[in-house]
Amino acid sequence: MNWPHSIVGREAWQAAAARLQAGELCLLGLWGEPGCVHMALMQSTSNECSVLSLACESGRYPSVGRLHAPAQRLERAARDLYGLEPEGLADARPWLRHGGAYAFLPTEGESLHQIPVGPVHAGIIEPGHFRFTASGETVVRLEQRLGYAHKGVEALMAGASLERAAQLAARVSGDSTVGFSLAYARAVEAALALEAPPRAHWLRALMAELERLANHLGDIGAVCNDAALSIMHAQCGQLREQVLRAAQACFGHRLMMDCVVPGGVLRDLPADGERLLRALLALVRAEFPDLVEVYDNTASLKDRTVDTGILTPALARQFAAGGFVGRASGRNFDARRTPGYAPYDKLAFEVPVVQAGDVNARVWIRIREVEQSLLLIDAILRGLPPGSICVPASPRAGEGVALVEGFRGDILAWVRIGAGGGVERCHLRDPSWFQWPLLEAAIEGNIVADFPLCNKSFNCSYSGHDL
Amino acid sequence: MRRLLLRNFVRGPLTEAAPAPDDAALAELASRVNQAARRRLGRTLAIREVDAGSCNGCELEIHALGNVLYDLERFGLRFVASPRHADVLLVTGPVTHNMREALERTYRATPDPKWVVAVGACGRDGGVFAASPACVGGVSAVVPVDLHIPGCPPTPLDLLRGLIALLEGVSVT
Repeated sequence: MNWPHSIVGREAWQAAAARLQAGELCLLGLWGEPGCVHMALMQSTSNECSVLSLACESGRYPSVGRLHAPAQRLERAARDLYGLEPEGLADARPWLRHGGAYAFLPTEGESLHQIPVGPVHAGIIEPGHFRFTASGETVVRLEQRLGYAHKGVEALMAGASLERAAQLAARVSGDSTVGFSLAYARAVEAALALEAPPRAHWLRALMAELERLANHLGDIGAVCNDAALSIMHAQCGQLREQVLRAAQACFGHRLMMDCVVPGGVLRDLPADGERLLRALLALVRAEFPDLVEVYDNTASLKDRTVDTGILTPALARQFAAGGFVGRASGRNFDARRTPGYAPYDKLAFEVPVVQAGDVNARVWIRIREVEQSLLLIDAILRGLPPGSICVPASPRAGEGVALVEGFRGDILAWVRIGAGGGVERCHLRDPSWFQWPLLEAAIEGNIVADFPLCNKSFNCSYSGHDL
Repeated sequence: MRRLLLRNFVRGPLTEAAPAPDDAALAELASRVNQAARRRLGRTLAIREVDAGSCNGCELEIHALGNVLYDLERFGLRFVASPRHADVLLVTGPVTHNMREALERTYRATPDPKWVVAVGACGRDGGVFAASPACVGGVSAVVPVDLHIPGCPPTPLDLLRGLIALLEGVSVT
């Protein structure tokens, strides 16, 4: 179940970069470690995944970002963290390592003005800086500066025990704690050739769908709130709260943090768990359709979301945008299906895809995914196999990689375990790496006042990106 | 929309009863809050949230304070958009080096009297990120902290108890 891994020379590395540029491959991740750079790739047509590694002589390697823009921020991050220089990358500015003045891209033209926002925002939001250049009300360019939430996760991972690394993985992005724990656990299991028991797979999927449900409900309400329809925010917030309370009652934590570990899960569904979750399903099924109807029939709301912040299918494809961002712009990809993992191979579900790419499309994808998650939770409760929920990990050296579908999109995890059984290196790639740059493109030509709406419809993670 | 409004009218408010203030938080506050400041503020506090590099778990639960079940504003507690309007800074995260200056500047921009509440395991001492070279490790390493609300993340009820304790500590003599 591990992916093919090749150690390549500079020619093969550059050939892969050219195939990325040609659209034959999708970039799943690019990361470094001292003296070496890695790249995870997926064939555009067959969805076959692989990892390439290149030793960096004197700390240099041929830039992929020079040919394939989605790699640029990843290469800047690898330079900041490991001193690896991407040869040919025009952008010499730091990304995760701050300190000193930052040169924003120059903008020239008549009557342009700049609006700096952040890192401390007006709402309860994560830290990041947005530099808008506007002509009157119209955004001519948005440039993001991220890295404010950089906590040095990879440095802490290096040399950590499997348990400690699992705690760190669970805190890469709190809203995707189940997704990141699952990605990390599956990568460790691939490295150790360990198979979690069937019941653990099903419980993991149950938690992952609850996480998706809670986040999508919150996002749908928040997008409507940014268009001043606060009743949707109140109603969705109430439903979200009930999901979190059910999670607390079933798994002992509202966000289900630290529940998924290598080898399985730590919490089993309690005796009354099924009853609680069935009550939750009944509540959401009773109330959610009315909210969808309000969303669909409020003209003043649709006026804000339709044709706002359009992301073109071509860009979504180029950046291999995951999750609702990609699926609202025609990219039919869901890691639960391809490469796919247990128990989704035994569960029937639809992956909604639309082409429009605007805020409205991203809301509708979430609405459809809420409905799918309700069906999945129902099916998981019916099919949950009996048995143990965790097997112990026996230490051995190895390398593993995994791709799982968090609520935001595909999360990549790569881990190398040393002979002592601890983590030597671990890289976790949030879906936001390939979604943040697209927000810059989607806002172009929109009015400044629509930025909160666009931003919320993307809902990228700052912490997950900044690591 | 009509059906939704009618249903909400019939079933009445969903807002739940207020929790008691946190005793530990009251004790921590008792020594810090002076009489003059209490009189000046009355029974309302304006809160400015600052994410100093959290994983966003704390933000999710702080957000939840605003939902109809907890309804933070009925206690006279409200979130404001600028530190210039704030009495309280609610700070999350292990304080990354990249956020240190922003936190210091936000603190300086907040008028006196002011209180700082450090939220979560990270806010107390850096939590799981304590050893990181990229983090300062704990809010109190950068600005003086009046109250800690523990948890990873603290639940909305934990947050509410801590904030009500702050309100009581500030406004009751």
